[in-house]
Amino acid sequence: MQKAIQPTSKSRLARATEQRFTRTALIVMGLVLLFLFVLPLVYNKANLKAWGIQPFFGVQPPALIGQLADAAQYVLLALGLNIVVGFAGLLDLGYAAFFAIGAYTYAFLASPQLSTVTHGAIDIHLSFWLIIFISALVAAIFGALLGAPTLRLRGDYLAIVTLGFGEIVPAVFLNLNTVPLTRGLTGGPDGISGIDPPGIATFGLGSDICPKLSMAANGATGGCSFSSNHAEPYYYLAIIIVVILIFAVTNLRSSRLGRAWMAIREDEIAAAAMGIDTVRAKLLAFSTGAALAGVAGAMFASKLQLVGPGSFSFTVSVFVLCMIILGGIGNIYGVIAGAVILQLTQSVFLTNLPNNLHDLGTKNHIDFLANTDWAGLKFLIYGLILVVLMIVRPEGLIPSARRKAELHGDTGEPAAEVAGVGALRNDETERANPIARAERESLYDVRDEDESHSSDVDKI
Amino acid sequence: MELFVQQLLDGIVKGSIYALIALGYTMVYGIVELINFAHGDIFMLGSFIALAVLGWFGVAINPQNQAGLVQGGFFPTLIIIVLTLLIAMLLTGIIGVLVERIAYRPLRNAPRLAPLISAIGMSFILQNIGQIWHGPAAVSYPEVFPTGTIHVTSGISVAWKDIFVVVVCVMLMVILQTFVQRTKLGKAMRATAQDYDTSKLMGINVNMTITLTFFIGALLAGAAGLIYGLSIHSMQFTIGAQAGLKAFTAAVLGGIGNIPGAMLGGFLIGIVEAMSDQYISSAWTPVVVFGILILILTLRPSGLLGQQVPERA
Repeated sequence: MQKAIQPTSKSRLARATEQRFTRTALIVMGLVLLFLFVLPLVYNKANLKAWGIQPFFGVQPPALIGQLADAAQYVLLALGLNIVVGFAGLLDLGYAAFFAIGAYTYAFLASPQLSTVTHGAIDIHLSFWLIIFISALVAAIFGALLGAPTLRLRGDYLAIVTLGFGEIVPAVFLNLNTVPLTRGLTGGPDGISGIDPPGIATFGLGSDICPKLSMAANGATGGCSFSSNHAEPYYYLAIIIVVILIFAVTNLRSSRLGRAWMAIREDEIAAAAMGIDTVRAKLLAFSTGAALAGVAGAMFASKLQLVGPGSFSFTVSVFVLCMIILGGIGNIYGVIAGAVILQLTQSVFLTNLPNNLHDLGTKNHIDFLANTDWAGLKFLIYGLILVVLMIVRPEGLIPSARRKAELHGDTGEPAAEVAGVGALRNDETERANPIARAERESLYDVRDEDESHSSDVDKI
Repeated sequence: MELFVQQLLDGIVKGSIYALIALGYTMVYGIVELINFAHGDIFMLGSFIALAVLGWFGVAINPQNQAGLVQGGFFPTLIIIVLTLLIAMLLTGIIGVLVERIAYRPLRNAPRLAPLISAIGMSFILQNIGQIWHGPAAVSYPEVFPTGTIHVTSGISVAWKDIFVVVVCVMLMVILQTFVQRTKLGKAMRATAQDYDTSKLMGINVNMTITLTFFIGALLAGAAGLIYGLSIHSMQFTIGAQAGLKAFTAAVLGGIGNIPGAMLGGFLIGIVEAMSDQYISSAWTPVVVFGILILILTLRPSGLLGQQVPERA
């Protein structure tokens, strides 16, 4: 995992690692992981009844585990989009396209679809563990392909081109079904169903072990496969993948490439002048981000066992963007928090809020609560949450620690964390937009000398 | 050939509505560099407001023949429509100002992407309001124009309402262009768009100017709302977001921040859509529209009429 970094001395590597994962971060992560690991074991109906605890927002235990497993897919999406938008500063409004590509890749390689279309000539059922890499690779290739036309574009022109791709990709999956050459391939609006769930080998323990793991015995492979009745295996799988990718992305950020991205975000011209190959770095940002979306797509397809074009609309791209900005763009823990909070807000809190408020109203005889049609107000409440959160914390919940890095940035990597607190700083739009600049100056009045000097230069 | 001309005319009608919405995007972007995601929903609410105003004037949908044509003849009809247009524009304009006050002004000094999220939140809120107001299903709009068409040649015909749509759109665009280029307030808008700080130093009330920009943008969206309703005869709470996306595309295509660019982009998108619907397939239209957009932006990275800003070191 440390391969991307080329240390000049061992001590520097050690220091860099220390900086990447502070002791506090590791402890917090460990505690969170322990909590997540124990949660399905403790949080079940029998225990809740025994302890007299109400279910979390009225969600029964098995459903909550499933919601958390779904939230993990959004965590991956947020981590990936954060690479493109947060690290490299390229506003991407069509990120769901790569999510779709990953999901459809999985669907083609692990469903009867190809067999049906070719009348049995091609029948591919690869293992989840293999396809997850293929999905990532395919998405990454498309990331580079779709990134290529945007290289000359800046700011919001780039945003609209990515938005265009985000509209085109699901439309292509929808319509390929009716094109003569690929008739029936993508299933049109119905999508592809009957997708294989992930499975594991029994390692000689026999298929009796499967029910104990909340899985089903799979006669075809002789192993156990996940089943849609039990979310726990998906939940643990999602946690493992997320943890691996958190480490990967954290390392990537402090790698040579990661620093190149942040340099490009801060000032593309200066970065190019410092010898950074901006074309290569930008394409890699798009493809790395896309690869994570590809993994998320594979997980999505394997869990739902159904893939349709409707699941990858512009709304999904916007939703993930909201997650990373609300969480604190550029900060890995921030975007994870944003993803979990927003996804649970949507899938647990808002879904159950109408019933909860209604019950509260009837129990305490508050007519207003009991009689309002809260279900019809779901989006209004969601919108209000977004607006209020943004007004209260415009820099996000956990902003990236720019100041901290500046103070401790003595490892010979001064540009390692020059992220504006939650700010996407594209130099040109910045200059064109004095409001944003003025604001930043008032927000961060405590600046080190280099910073204020450079902003003076800006003004000349 | 006749088919082509007919599609061209249809495209112009569709495009003029996109152009009106696109103006709101481009003006707001020009002055505060914000993609106002709520703008499409302001258009949708504008359409509902116009429907309500038509109702006040006694123009309602007649269930028998789907016609709500005012009985009094040509001029009373015209007066009512003009009055409706003005009232709906004004009310929608007020919504635009409120949205700016609530969701964008507190974030004037925030990081660049923060207002984008509050814009998305605002869009959800406005959509929900539209849904509560008229329900989830599409609402039909009265037919106020003579339903006949004018035959230009044998294969080409123009509906009365299409003439109304294009005439009103072009008139509003001319008025807007004159306002921005010739009046003092227009000058203040251009100055604020160019340089916020310096405009402030020159004594321009920039806050008022930004409010004015949102007001005018929403004004035009309100007009587009009435025109859309009278032309398509239906409105749904989700239409705003869809049309808004296309209008935003139009604004970028023309060169965002550029007023004639937004008009050109709007007409272009409308025509491309009409042609694609006819000659390729309406299912592939989004692919064609966005494909052309990507192609054009690859060749002209700042849009058709956008200024090629030289890179400054």
